[in-house]
Amino acid sequence: MPVTTKGELKVWQRRDRAKQFKIWFGWFIGVAIFMFCWKIISDATTWFFVYDAPRIAVDIGGRAWPPRWSYLSELWKPMWDTINIATLGTLLAIIMGVPVAFLAATNTTPSKRFLRPLALLIIVSTRSINSLVWALLLVSIIGPGIFAGTLAIAIRSIGFVAKLLYEAIEEIDVNQVEAIQATGASKLQVIAYGIVPQIMPAFAGLSVFRWDINIRESTILGLVGAGGIGLYLQSSLNILAWPQVTVILIMILIAVVISEWVSSKVRLAII
Amino acid sequence: MLELKNLGKRYKTGDDALKGVNLTIPNGQVIGLIGPSGAGKSTLIRCVNRLVEPTTGTVILNGTDITKLSSSGLRKARREMGMIFQEYALVDRLTIMENVMSGRLGYMGFWKSFFRKYPQSDIDEAFRLLERVGLDHMVDKRADELSGGQKQRVGIARALIQQPKVILIDEPTASLDPKTSRQIMRLISELCKERQLSAIVNIHDVALAQMFVERIVGLQDGELVFDGAPDELTPEALTKIYGEEDWEATIDDVDEGEENVGDQNT
Repeated sequence: MPVTTKGELKVWQRRDRAKQFKIWFGWFIGVAIFMFCWKIISDATTWFFVYDAPRIAVDIGGRAWPPRWSYLSELWKPMWDTINIATLGTLLAIIMGVPVAFLAATNTTPSKRFLRPLALLIIVSTRSINSLVWALLLVSIIGPGIFAGTLAIAIRSIGFVAKLLYEAIEEIDVNQVEAIQATGASKLQVIAYGIVPQIMPAFAGLSVFRWDINIRESTILGLVGAGGIGLYLQSSLNILAWPQVTVILIMILIAVVISEWVSSKVRLAII
Repeated sequence: MLELKNLGKRYKTGDDALKGVNLTIPNGQVIGLIGPSGAGKSTLIRCVNRLVEPTTGTVILNGTDITKLSSSGLRKARREMGMIFQEYALVDRLTIMENVMSGRLGYMGFWKSFFRKYPQSDIDEAFRLLERVGLDHMVDKRADELSGGQKQRVGIARALIQQPKVILIDEPTASLDPKTSRQIMRLISELCKERQLSAIVNIHDVALAQMFVERIVGLQDGELVFDGAPDELTPEALTKIYGEEDWEATIDDVDEGEENVGDQNT
């Protein structure tokens, strides 16, 4: 009882004594588990390497500086590839994801029993596997190169596009849809006039957002042979060419900053 | 002529929203449907164009049984029934012209409507209607830029461009101020006269209903309990529809008519 009487006074407390005790006990258990795990991790760590880490970092940093700027001339082409992988991949994902979203949304799906679970399965399975893993698979299926990278980005993004879009479809104002239905419009016309205008802001926002994420993801796809700037990062790391690695990292950083700037501008313009 | 025969609706929750309603509306008659919240007024008009599927009974519009139509037949039938909504139900992100033109969707193919290639005759009619409702100067504004009264005028134009035989009107003034309410009701009743339309108007405001409609039907808990001329709506009749209350003031309001509105605005 949070309310107790002390003579004339009614005293209110947030929790009674037993509940307060339980909460303290919960904290005690939590801290004990944390300490125990810390002990296990600590036993399994070779502390020599950790103590050594700052020296190694300084060493690599020293070798990586100054950046080898002349390497830049070789990087424009793969950077352009990387941007294309991200952009084409996003476009493909949109083309495939939009129909999936309409099949998955409860208010637009033609069949709740069969097609909707199928659409949800597509969403979950494409989303749950990282694009690097998709790229690994696709490189072994269709061979290394930009095409494998583009497909990897596209497949990974289908679930993202479809999930966010179907949530937007489920949240629309049904009155507007009813009004279009009442005019005698066909099902497709109801979608085009009653639903599409309502989901346009969400659609534009999520597309640009996904493109922005894909720029970042496509920079590392080359690590597994799926084309783009990651390929050069991989080969520079392999031959321990640290000054080249620095140039590549700076380039990726600038590309990501620019894509973020573009996507925030576009989103502001549309919404 | 619109005939409802033994119209009933039971929702999945088990609520009987309509319990066998019989109602006949001759061509060109505007009726006001009054009744307490939850009496089934919205359900009744939505059963007419089957936005809500009736569970029993039939709806017959000029000889066609609407309850028996296939989905393509229903779409054709819906073209003859305009609808006006309480919250206007305009598509917010479309322009006024597109909203009005959405009333022509039933007459158009998908791609023509998708690319907004409306026939010139429809565009002419849209301009005529927008001029009639007083909005011809703002065709390119987006619907969400309009005030409530303006939105409802667009809603009226959208319903009329269907060239309907009947219009179903669900609480057209519930979100509007008293003066705009009267203007909208006046516009609706004038347009129905001009075009010889029958209409069912769901309305909460008894005084407003008495001013603008020729026949009043009272619905109470899914059943018709009153059907008569506006001046037959006595305190006893209102008690039957809504329950016990002092009704004299409501009816006095009607006798004073327009002056009342003037007072409220000054």
